[in-house]
Amino acid sequence: MNTATFSLSTMAPAIPEIVLALLVLTLLIVDLTLREDERHVTYWLAIVSLVGTAVLTLITVGRPLVVTFHGMFVADLMSQVLKVATLLTVAATLVLGRPYLAARGLLTGEFICLALFGTLGMMVMISAHHFITLYLGLELMALSQYALVSLQRDSVRATEAGMKYFVLGALSSGLLLYGLSMIYGATGSLELTRVAFAIEHGQSQQMLGVFGLVFVVAGIAFKLGAAPFHMWLPDVYHGAATPATILVGAAPKIAAFAFVMRLLANGLQGMTGDWQQMLIALALASLAVGNIVAIAQTNIKRMLAYSTISHMGFLVLGIAAGNDNGYSSAMFYLLTYVLMTLGSFGMILLLSRQGFEAENLDDFKGLNQKSKWYAFMMLILMFSLTGLPPTAGFFGKLAVLQAIWEVGYGWVVVYAVLLSVVGAFYYLRVVKLMYMDPPAGEVTIEPRADARWLLSAIALAVLVLGIAPSSLMELCVRAITASM
Amino acid sequence: MYQGYVLSLAIWVPILFGAAVLLVGNDRNPAPTRWVALAGSILGLAVCIPLWTAFQATAAMQFVEMAPWIPRFNVNYHLGVDGISMPLILLNSLMTVLVVIAHWEVITDKVGQYLAAFLIMSGLINGAFAALDAILFYVFFEAMLIPMFLIIGVWGGPNRVYAAVKFFLYTLLGSLLMLAAFIYLYTQTNGSWEILDFHRVPLGETAQKLIFLAMFMSFAVKVPMWPVHTWLPDAHVEAPTGGSVILAAITLKIGGYGFLRFNMPIAPDASHFFDTFMITLSLVAVVYIGLVALVQQDMKKLIAYSSISHMGFVTLGFFLFNADGILGGLIQMVSHGFISAAMFLCVGVLYDRMHSRQIADYGGVANKMPVFAAFFVFFAMANSGLPGTSGFVGEFMVIMGTIKVSFWYAFLAASTLIFGAAYTLWMVKRVIYGEVANKNVAALKDVGAREMAFLAILAVLVLWMGLHPKAFSDVMNPTIQELLRHVAQSKLG
Repeated sequence: MNTATFSLSTMAPAIPEIVLALLVLTLLIVDLTLREDERHVTYWLAIVSLVGTAVLTLITVGRPLVVTFHGMFVADLMSQVLKVATLLTVAATLVLGRPYLAARGLLTGEFICLALFGTLGMMVMISAHHFITLYLGLELMALSQYALVSLQRDSVRATEAGMKYFVLGALSSGLLLYGLSMIYGATGSLELTRVAFAIEHGQSQQMLGVFGLVFVVAGIAFKLGAAPFHMWLPDVYHGAATPATILVGAAPKIAAFAFVMRLLANGLQGMTGDWQQMLIALALASLAVGNIVAIAQTNIKRMLAYSTISHMGFLVLGIAAGNDNGYSSAMFYLLTYVLMTLGSFGMILLLSRQGFEAENLDDFKGLNQKSKWYAFMMLILMFSLTGLPPTAGFFGKLAVLQAIWEVGYGWVVVYAVLLSVVGAFYYLRVVKLMYMDPPAGEVTIEPRADARWLLSAIALAVLVLGIAPSSLMELCVRAITASM
Repeated sequence: MYQGYVLSLAIWVPILFGAAVLLVGNDRNPAPTRWVALAGSILGLAVCIPLWTAFQATAAMQFVEMAPWIPRFNVNYHLGVDGISMPLILLNSLMTVLVVIAHWEVITDKVGQYLAAFLIMSGLINGAFAALDAILFYVFFEAMLIPMFLIIGVWGGPNRVYAAVKFFLYTLLGSLLMLAAFIYLYTQTNGSWEILDFHRVPLGETAQKLIFLAMFMSFAVKVPMWPVHTWLPDAHVEAPTGGSVILAAITLKIGGYGFLRFNMPIAPDASHFFDTFMITLSLVAVVYIGLVALVQQDMKKLIAYSSISHMGFVTLGFFLFNADGILGGLIQMVSHGFISAAMFLCVGVLYDRMHSRQIADYGGVANKMPVFAAFFVFFAMANSGLPGTSGFVGEFMVIMGTIKVSFWYAFLAASTLIFGAAYTLWMVKRVIYGEVANKNVAALKDVGAREMAFLAILAVLVLWMGLHPKAFSDVMNPTIQELLRHVAQSKLG
């Protein structure tokens, strides 16, 4: 696989990334030539680019694992599935966010191009097989996101959020790099297979390796938003314009999951015993912080931010199981979680309109009176976030809890379910506001039909995945076994 | 015949009709919605009839359906009924019809959603009773919370939101612990969620005790047993009549059913270990809650407490580990389904006219509503355990079973015959008899044909079960014998 000569065929596995990169660059130029009232062309081109790349990736699904670019880049079933999910998530974000962005003059070429560059970064992360590619992808994603969050330059809150995000993000990148450099020192390689080989065959300095691992895990925890490295998350979720929040909160989690899988499960699997303990500690903290602090929130975006922290706790728990069962459970959890995030933030976008942000919990009051359909959609999403059957959220939780129990952490399961009851309270409050309170002020649903249809489809998908989760679960299992 | 699909039909017909009601639901013209819902509930009952007619009086699971659902976790869509679950499914399907009839002129707000919630819940409850796969059971068991939460919270009384949230969180806490127990059992059975495999798997003593306690949390909240009963009076008082009926007649039974299906067979040694504990809690419910009922000013609250007290008999009977006790408990469950539903419907009839549940606001109703008064007195008698009514059979059998274990248990249990009569008849006296208390009572009109229909159906059932309990005991007995055999064997080692 490592040939010294240049050959076009070695690039084949990376075609989706290459195509997306070219498309974004083209878009950047095309956007320059457009008049202000032609901005929708950029939007449509972006959608076409994303969906086209997704189709391109979909064609490659099922090909065997290939490592190319001298061990820098890997294409396997897991990366293909996750890339398709990422691309479609970003596309859905743009569709859902378009009315909101247009009403606030944010539907600019910058926003769209940054979103696409971020997507490219995520794709690189997902396919990385080398510390350098991992880091490159991560930074491309992160830098685009810092800019996206602070793009509303007149908004104090957005600027503050962007600033916090940037400073803490840079710090965590530093931690990560520091950790990676130590692992390089311990194993003598930056390439995942060789790192794994060195650790497995006792050719590494264990002490240094574990020391580096601590930093790596801290960096990962920051990117995921797991407590106690979660401080940026509520502020960024709250401060950013809602579509930017989704861009930070949904697809990047997919990339971060791939990142964790590549680093810990592929590269450092020889140290599973070490990072399992660390991840469990992170999960315990995240579940507590996420579920308990969320109760005190009155802003729904902040509430969902804390809910994210608790969900990341579950995700980390699945990875902490440290076997294929756990990884595939975590992957299922991740994909359903992304769907729920899209849906719940999509609802916030749906209720927002010109000059009005539907971001306080009270804005959901009496939604059932105004629109039974969307109240029902939100009901599904909230109960899915709670983890109540028959929704996708339940099977995600079940899979993860089952996996962690099998490796001997029964008490963690009991802890997690007890905190889920705490969590149920604040999701329940949203349902209560929608169904049991009279409407406060007017509730209007203005957005375009495509956003509304997409939102309904997402919420119904959450329900359908709760009734028939089997095929997605099988897909996750196949993806994980093919990649390990 | 369609025997292979009876249970699926019993589950999905109401759910699909519920979805249809949601779609055709139109608040400005609710009549079509109501008729669709009525058709759905009657059809839902009709498809259950083979369960009664074609039931074989053996302990084996019948009407079994099996299909893989989530192969990755070996979860199956596995349904089946035995003598314990079959009567409960029929009871539930019947109650759904009554609830739909009872709502007719009463609920005018969001009719479609109201009826859809009931129909969907009816299907889910049937699913919980019929499921033989733990995850399938859990899905139905938990999904039920959603419509019930909305029923209490949207159509309930002034303090409805508090009651709904309390109901939801109490139940959720219990059931999540049960889920943890299921996951443990899944690892112990090497990857099976079959409830019948759970019954067979050997378990150590500590494991059994923990499993018992986890499931106890779940089912004790549902029953509800003292001291985790406090959500019930709130939920009942605030729920609309239909909600109270389903809550009292059906959802409480899932708690009792859970003890028989899960706690006792899965953890028999722990069940024996905890039997004194369970009997004590049950007796506290019977005696103490009976006394609490005596002082209630609110009719619905009184019936709610009376429900807790009667359900105490059920758990008391189960944990005696003899045939009389368990059979008595089961009969008491079904009978309580009829009687509590009837009592709540009676209070609903009064509430619809007077918009008050306070006993003090009534008096001399019999003068203005003689037909209603006859029904009300009849059901009150049944509630206090008059021989000839279904209320007597279950209580008598449980007391018979208790006396085999201990005289003093039986003595305490029998006190209900006094307390039960006291609080029920005292309420009847204050509400029904005496002079016409005020001009609101004077303006009352007697029950119409619709109200007569549901009260008469229930009266017939109460009498049938009271006079001919053999019809029920024949169905239940083989399963109970089998259960007793199973529970008598230790699973240790």
